[in-house]
Amino acid sequence: MKRFFAQLYLWLLLALLYAPILIIAIFSFTESKVLGNWTGFSTELYSSLFSGGAQSSLLNAIKNTLSIAVIAAIASTILGTIAAIGIFNMRGRKKQVITFLNDIPMLNPDIITGISLFLLFVSVGISQGYTTVVLSHIAFCTPYVVLNVMPRLQQMNPNIYEAALDLGATPFQALRKIIIPEIRPGMVSGMILAFTLSIDDFAVTLFTKGNEGLETLSTYIYADARKGGLTPELRPLSTIIFVVVLLLLIIINVRAKRNAKRKQAM
Amino acid sequence: MKFVAKIFNKRANWAIPYAIFLALFVALPLVLILVYAFQDAEGAFSLDNFRRFVEQPEAVNTFIYSIGIALITTILCILLGYPAAWILSNRKLNRSEITVVLFILPMWINILVRTLATVALFDFAKLPLGEGALIFGMVYNFLPFMIYPIYNTLQKMDHSLIEAAEDLGATPWKVFRKVTVPLSMPGVMSGIMMVFMPTISTFAIAELLTMNNVKLFGTTIQENINNGMWNYGAALSLIMLVIIGITSLFSDGEEQNDSESLI
Repeated sequence: MKRFFAQLYLWLLLALLYAPILIIAIFSFTESKVLGNWTGFSTELYSSLFSGGAQSSLLNAIKNTLSIAVIAAIASTILGTIAAIGIFNMRGRKKQVITFLNDIPMLNPDIITGISLFLLFVSVGISQGYTTVVLSHIAFCTPYVVLNVMPRLQQMNPNIYEAALDLGATPFQALRKIIIPEIRPGMVSGMILAFTLSIDDFAVTLFTKGNEGLETLSTYIYADARKGGLTPELRPLSTIIFVVVLLLLIIINVRAKRNAKRKQAM
Repeated sequence: MKFVAKIFNKRANWAIPYAIFLALFVALPLVLILVYAFQDAEGAFSLDNFRRFVEQPEAVNTFIYSIGIALITTILCILLGYPAAWILSNRKLNRSEITVVLFILPMWINILVRTLATVALFDFAKLPLGEGALIFGMVYNFLPFMIYPIYNTLQKMDHSLIEAAEDLGATPWKVFRKVTVPLSMPGVMSGIMMVFMPTISTFAIAELLTMNNVKLFGTTIQENINNGMWNYGAALSLIMLVIIGITSLFSDGEEQNDSESLI
């Protein structure tokens, strides 16, 4: 009986959490411009989302979002990994300072990060656009890469690296053959996190995108919603985003579980 | 070239590129907020921006109102989220891990998409947009961020403590009050940080949920920056930073690990 009420509570809360998304998903299968007005089943919105035409600005925004996320994720993974190795080998005060600075972008609210970078770009006189957005995304993504790589370095046996050097490997060879294979899982999860954070970002992008018409998905939705009428194609788009995220999370969870089971079996 | 190679032989020096990057893109921008906040439009030192804030009842009211909304949201999230986290972590009441994933999932969906969905729900239910929609939307957006850290601490909790309390004759309610709740406090603190901070600093969400009728502090900051009032905007940002600094004193910096161990 207790279990029944507990489950009831959970599912009521979930229903509340998912009702908005479900409504969007249901009404993505009808043509009506106004949400809540069912004009019969149709996949028209899905095809017009991908056929471009009048909605090409939306497609452009999606492309920008993805390309910015890919560049930011790769750049911050490289920068963050090298930095983590450096920080790991640092001692004393210097290490404290750099760790503190590394924590700031994670603790700061997005709006503060956005405004501070905006002030940087205007006071240096750089015109804002694609490059400034990418730089800003690298700035708030890299700390998460460092955070993910660091535990792997701590688990690593330091003697292996020394042994490689003693056997005549150059530091670069030792990095490629010894360190990177050991810390790869941390780099991968850092990169995935950086990619997700970049795609998800709204506030920082808004303040650093300048006014030359660069839009990412978030800023496009924002501009669109402010105009009053929401582009109907946003409904199928939100639905697709939701389903993709759902599938990704399920895959990650199933994999984690399988790994755990394999470990137990060993 | 040889000189460069020599520097990088010492692995601590590998952090140098990132240290320069941090100085340019993290430290310097924050210093600029401070500099702009204490300057007038001509660049001379002045306290006018702060005087203007204190003397404008509208700005102060927005500020207090935002803190109020953030507090209400945080309290509602604790009231709704704590029982959920407790049930999720309790093996007798919940055996499926899928429900846990279902609660975490919305955290990974773009906040604007989620907000639009809330607007859609209110449209669909023919409810008016406004303060009610704002609070619903905030709770809807940030509830998973409260549930997850609490669930995490409850999950890691040493269950022998509960059994010990039961063996010693404590009633279930007493066990909950005297053992479970105190032990889960770090999670609650993380949750408060993860809900209160974003609620107080959001801007776009309030605009969309109230048809621009209710203004939050974040919106005020954004409007000033957009309209070229950089100095005043920087001063307001500084005030927000102070509030957030005070809030984070109450938490112990655990929220990072909680939010990022998701993947």
